[in-house]
Amino acid sequence: MSDVPLVPEIKKPFYRLGEKEGLMSWVATVDHKLLGLMYMASAFLFFVVGGLEALLMRIQLGTARNTFLSPEIYNQIFTMHGTTMVFLVVIPLMLGSGIYLVPLMIGARDMAFPRLNALGFWLLFFGGLLLYYSFVAGGAPNGGWFSYAPYSERAFNTTYGIDYWALGLFVQGIGTTLAGINFVVTILAMRAPGMKLTQVPMFVWTTFINGFLIIGALPPLNAALVMLLVDRRLNGHFFTPESGGSSVLWQHYFWAFGHPEVYIMVLPAFGMISEVLPVFSRKPLFGYNAVAISTIAIAFLSYAVYAHHMFAVGLGPGFEAFFAAATALIAVPTGIKIFNWVFTVWGGKVRFTTAMLYCISFLFLFTIGGISGVTFAIVPTDWQSTDTYYLVAHMHYVLFGGTFFAVSGGIYYWFPKATGRLLSERHGKIQYILTFVGFNMTFFIQHFLGLMGMPRRVYTYPDYPLWGLFNLISTIGAFILAFAILYLLIMIWWALRKGERAGDDPWDAFTLEWATSSPPPIQNFDIIPPIRSRRPLWDWKHPEDPDWKRDQSGKQMSMQRSDEV
Amino acid sequence: MSVTAHADTTVHPNEPGTPMGKPELGILAFLGTEAVFFGLLILSYVYFRATDNSTPNAHVLDVPRTFIFSLCLFASSGTVVLAERALKRGNRRGLVLWLIITVLLGLTFLAGQGWEYAELFGENITPSRNTFGTSFFTMTGFHGLHVFGGLVMLSTLTGLAAAGDFKGPHSAAVTCVSWYWHFVDMVWVVIFTLVYALPYLGIL
Repeated sequence: MSDVPLVPEIKKPFYRLGEKEGLMSWVATVDHKLLGLMYMASAFLFFVVGGLEALLMRIQLGTARNTFLSPEIYNQIFTMHGTTMVFLVVIPLMLGSGIYLVPLMIGARDMAFPRLNALGFWLLFFGGLLLYYSFVAGGAPNGGWFSYAPYSERAFNTTYGIDYWALGLFVQGIGTTLAGINFVVTILAMRAPGMKLTQVPMFVWTTFINGFLIIGALPPLNAALVMLLVDRRLNGHFFTPESGGSSVLWQHYFWAFGHPEVYIMVLPAFGMISEVLPVFSRKPLFGYNAVAISTIAIAFLSYAVYAHHMFAVGLGPGFEAFFAAATALIAVPTGIKIFNWVFTVWGGKVRFTTAMLYCISFLFLFTIGGISGVTFAIVPTDWQSTDTYYLVAHMHYVLFGGTFFAVSGGIYYWFPKATGRLLSERHGKIQYILTFVGFNMTFFIQHFLGLMGMPRRVYTYPDYPLWGLFNLISTIGAFILAFAILYLLIMIWWALRKGERAGDDPWDAFTLEWATSSPPPIQNFDIIPPIRSRRPLWDWKHPEDPDWKRDQSGKQMSMQRSDEV
Repeated sequence: MSVTAHADTTVHPNEPGTPMGKPELGILAFLGTEAVFFGLLILSYVYFRATDNSTPNAHVLDVPRTFIFSLCLFASSGTVVLAERALKRGNRRGLVLWLIITVLLGLTFLAGQGWEYAELFGENITPSRNTFGTSFFTMTGFHGLHVFGGLVMLSTLTGLAAAGDFKGPHSAAVTCVSWYWHFVDMVWVVIFTLVYALPYLGIL
């Protein structure tokens, strides 16, 4: 275990993005680096809002029969919390990190369509504002993040909340689609000379597959939202069973988007893990091909499992058997990835930086979330545990313990690249411990609450034995977690002003983005190292032992310790 | 230290293995999303056709008339190909001419759709009448919007071509708009078959 390597004294003048033109250089930019950071900033803005909504819910649920929030307000708050976190936080985090990193990792000047890139960001941002405008337009949506029909129809939901929900998500959905198209084309057509598609960093691979997932999965959402709006504003009959429509159709369309969406929210996080673990283990990624192929398998399977969200509907045994089997099957490629990551770390010279701690925690927390996910594949179990806090715990383990822990690791890892300054490792470790404790305290206990029968989305509960205590523990955990996020934001603010200068390559990394200065200049690269393997920067720094020589000797690249020379 | 390659900061030539440029790849991906979107709107129409027996249904539609207007749209896919051919030969007047004909054919189709809508509204067949109305107008309405969008793009191309752009033999803009136009055309082939032709022939 060693600390961050000593940073050589840096004499170059410190270059700051957007320094010269002020705010206008951000608003009018089409540069992928500024847009990527704007995605991240916008995601954190909405993260704070969504987090405050979560705290309001946890205060309300802190004790039995609490009257802090009225049922009406509670419904709006949990709907906005879920919608915000899914569409305005996790998706922008995934898109933003890809938009920032992919061109740097493949040695390109920018994304394939820079102006489309800017359009995508602004659609996403203003879609979010449109959603939040509902609060002043007569009440926020209250149908949960999947707004099941017919409750979302105008007969039962007369305010404009659902309309703003549908419009806002439609606008942000178009923005997300544009980003997905941009990823696919960028990675296909803009790789540096000599870089094969089988040589791109794993983060680029997962973002590539993510682009295809977005292209296939966002249109069902957009179609469903359009149909809902036709129902609500033109008195249509798509989802109204009393006049020939079908409310189950909404569920099919929504989850045909909703389940691939789960993987849209986690595949780039897998990619981040696959970048950070090798660097801090001083080994190449174990089984690059297996990780890449399992990513493709997940993408295909993700369309074939969506109806496991609908077991409680009663679709019939054949239907249920198919989706149960597919759901159990998707655990296989995910498990392959977990093993690959474990073997990446195994036997390496591990450096426990904050980024590494987050990524190792990811392995544990995501596995817990994955295992509770498999229990939902078993239909009778699902009937018992669906719509309870067991499900709430499961999805927070995959989305927070999974995606957000990976993103946190990614922030600690790439922050020096984006800003030229290091986040404090000492405070980082405190922040990590706070997040880890707060997260597990909040959500682990919700498994038990769910199995004890506490339904999700209730604004309060009777004073059953242990329910009050467990909920109070969860609430205290939520506040610790909120404090940890505040701590991170303060650390970022401080590091931006006075953080230690990072240098171009503080982690002694392997991939191209570390071959340029930190922060990268507007043109990204002055020179690009020759690309003859998956770790071009390693080859460049170690001309005596480049990966591509070992590859030709017939050894399997992933099985060796190329640092043992 | 081995040889370093200089980053090309202005132009990224396509990979040898990539047959298409960025605009073509981009429009293909975009049409992929559109195909899923229309596929689901059409699927909802078919679903209600199978599950809801309420009237009015597709039998109120004037199939022969719509067929004639559809022929205009189908023909416009051919004229846009002729426009591309003119571009390939460097025949700018031919390009402008065929683009104008394409726009006119598209406008004729839209006029036909407007006529059809007006008649249906006159018979009180609207999106709020029953599931047929809802899914029919949503599906054909979005198709009409896409035709309109295509006409805007084709008119822009016409104006640019008349002003002297597109010297040929290849223009990514013309190719992409033409692919989009073919796509809109193909969606209408599916809709026309499912909504008009098959019920008219008594099959669906």
